[in-house]
Amino acid sequence: MTDALKRPPKKDPQKRTNSPTLPPYARSRKAIAFTLAAAEGRFALQVCAECEHVTYPAREVCPKCWSMELEWRDIPDGGKLISETTLRTSVNSYFRERMPWRIGTIQLDAGPTVLAHIHGDVGEFERVRMIARTDKSGQGVMLALPEKETPNMADDRQLRALTCNPKYRRALVTDGRTELGQRMVKALADAGATRIFVGIAEKWRPYEGSEALEAIPGVEIMPLDITDTISVNELAAEMGDKADILINTAEYVRPGSVMQRHGVTLARDEMETNYFGLMRLIQAFGPGMKARGADGDNSACAWVNLLSVYSLSNWPVYGTTSASQAAALSLSQCLRGEFAGSGVKVINVLFGPLEESWRQPLPPPKVTPQRLADTVIHALTQGIENVTLGPVAEDVVRRYKEDPFVLERELTQINQGM
Amino acid sequence: MVTAPASVPYERYSPEPAHWWLARVLSDLGKQSGLGADDVDGLCVSSFTLFPDTAAGLTQHFGLTPRWLDHVPTGGASGVITLRRAARAVQSGDASVVACISGDTNHVDSFRAMLTTFSRFSQDASYPYGSGGPNGSFSLMTSRYMDAYGVKREDFGKLCVAQRDNALKYPHAMMKKPLTLDEYMSARLIADPIVLYDCVMPCAGAEAYLVMREEDARAQNLPYAHILSTVERHNSYPDDPVQIRGGWALDKDEFWSMAGISPGDVDLLQTYDDYPVISAMQMEDLGFCEKGSVSEFIQSNTFTYDGTFPHNTSGGQLSVGQAGAAGGFLGLVEAIRQLTGGAEQNAVPDAQYAAVSGFGIINFDRGLCSGAAILGRT
Repeated sequence: MTDALKRPPKKDPQKRTNSPTLPPYARSRKAIAFTLAAAEGRFALQVCAECEHVTYPAREVCPKCWSMELEWRDIPDGGKLISETTLRTSVNSYFRERMPWRIGTIQLDAGPTVLAHIHGDVGEFERVRMIARTDKSGQGVMLALPEKETPNMADDRQLRALTCNPKYRRALVTDGRTELGQRMVKALADAGATRIFVGIAEKWRPYEGSEALEAIPGVEIMPLDITDTISVNELAAEMGDKADILINTAEYVRPGSVMQRHGVTLARDEMETNYFGLMRLIQAFGPGMKARGADGDNSACAWVNLLSVYSLSNWPVYGTTSASQAAALSLSQCLRGEFAGSGVKVINVLFGPLEESWRQPLPPPKVTPQRLADTVIHALTQGIENVTLGPVAEDVVRRYKEDPFVLERELTQINQGM
Repeated sequence: MVTAPASVPYERYSPEPAHWWLARVLSDLGKQSGLGADDVDGLCVSSFTLFPDTAAGLTQHFGLTPRWLDHVPTGGASGVITLRRAARAVQSGDASVVACISGDTNHVDSFRAMLTTFSRFSQDASYPYGSGGPNGSFSLMTSRYMDAYGVKREDFGKLCVAQRDNALKYPHAMMKKPLTLDEYMSARLIADPIVLYDCVMPCAGAEAYLVMREEDARAQNLPYAHILSTVERHNSYPDDPVQIRGGWALDKDEFWSMAGISPGDVDLLQTYDDYPVISAMQMEDLGFCEKGSVSEFIQSNTFTYDGTFPHNTSGGQLSVGQAGAAGGFLGLVEAIRQLTGGAEQNAVPDAQYAAVSGFGIINFDRGLCSGAAILGRT
């Protein structure tokens, strides 16, 4: 059985911070599709469109019928551990620091046998449930979990290395004024975060929910205005070394297309929060988090961006906001590139219309702030990097994956609210 | 026919490139055979670390103008497979004298570098899982094989100890200290159930031999051995969930009928032995004992050069060291030595027939290439 994780001791400032080392990152181009599925929390392998043969490792051609039509499909995640070993030496520095390390051969119900990391609670020759997740190098790997939930299961060190579990970690929520921000803080506390720094701009200005927010265990209200470079830098200087998880809840949303606006004032405000705000946060907190990717049980592990699904393709009803969100999405991709090699994940949640005042006239289905907060916690505990939330977002992402240019046509048709 | 076995003494680490090791063994081959660049019209090369060159570039480097050229990428099976290709070339008249050379260097970090980029499947699907390299892959095979056939660690230990005994009489062996079964049984775990003495030591080295017609060998006064039979097979039994048998099992009948002898006639066996599990598998799958009875077979033989069922008489890779692709040549070159009077302290008395077997390329979870040959004394 997994031992319960102990609360990490206070850090000794005299001691050197471990540099992040990485598991192997090189993959073939075909295998990147597996990494994408892992980033989305899906367990997918190549399936032959002609003969239905499931194949692994990633191939260019079906080894049974030589069809080139190999599709990545979600497959049943059940299997059985049929052979295992505990490695006690490794040529790779990341694993070498973490020896002994258990791996095994899994016979999947779907057909192939695969090599996988093995959760500590999986017994010899037992049935397992497979997950695919991105590892510290950002590439997809498989982990075999016990078929049934076990005590302290999430505390297993192999599983914890693939996830960003808030338990015993410290988080920064950049805007606590909104219902979303407050639900987020509460959800983090419930998930075991020990300290939650909550950014509040213009603290003297009263806001709804402030008392309840301050009463949440571990909450520390901090002055933060992400449209102000000095404010962001001051906060980073004060607690940047304790930002294990950063969740950017700040957003600036206004309805309207370009021609419905006069001048660029509102658009500039959107950019100040959605784009430049994110940029300030990255510049102030990014380097510190990047350096702390291997800093023990409460290492820096996740940067969470909450983005409108219309960051993928412009919806003219919220035309200029969509543009600022697209800029933020692009920046998050840059951040993912900059964090590569640090072990810190960039989690992007693309959500459909949120149940809040600036999206009040939009018809259902909508996403409640509670649901968005719960989804972030789920992504953190599961280690999922790409999340799509709500029926509207799912619909848009599905169309985007099919053909982004067709989606563009669909969102700009005459009946799309203009 | 096959002649002129040449082995360059191995080094744990070498600053020289693979080219140096291949050149050195070619030079030895020339000295030993009295043949030179003008006489050799066929070249076959096996090496992992020759980048950016292949056999083609080596022709110019080595001053050869061959009319037949091959580069064999089958790692531990390359000795047998090179022999097979070269013999067919000579038989069909495409070449008269083929130099078969294999060698690799081992720089301080080259083993890690080779594992990182060994193959696409290993890069995608095995190396990211703990980066144990062959230790990891073979431990999974070993554990499954032990469960399936009731093989014990003592059985593997006996093979390792016997090979070390043989190595003490082979001058080039890297391991020069005796090994006891107790030491084996209490050795440090590397990847359960594999222990330190189950693993080979990567090093730099080279091995070579010549293939030519019988009359040409006689004209040169070279002692030679006959090739009685060869087989090769790749990606055998792809649907076995874990490898517990190899391609030999598919080709066994053809192998023995081609040779015209039976397993009982064989005086010495050279298996590919980067872990004892694979030696045990070769003994079974080539028909030296029934599948599933290798434990008794091991317990009823000594495997030493002067005992019953001499096996890996030079000490094998486990005691000589693994010089990359040359590890696939080691057993073959030793077999030629044994049959041509070249073996000294470790000579198997009156050896008439030698079986040599190869196994190579752990591509993802298993070794893909297998081959075997029977050589006979003239």
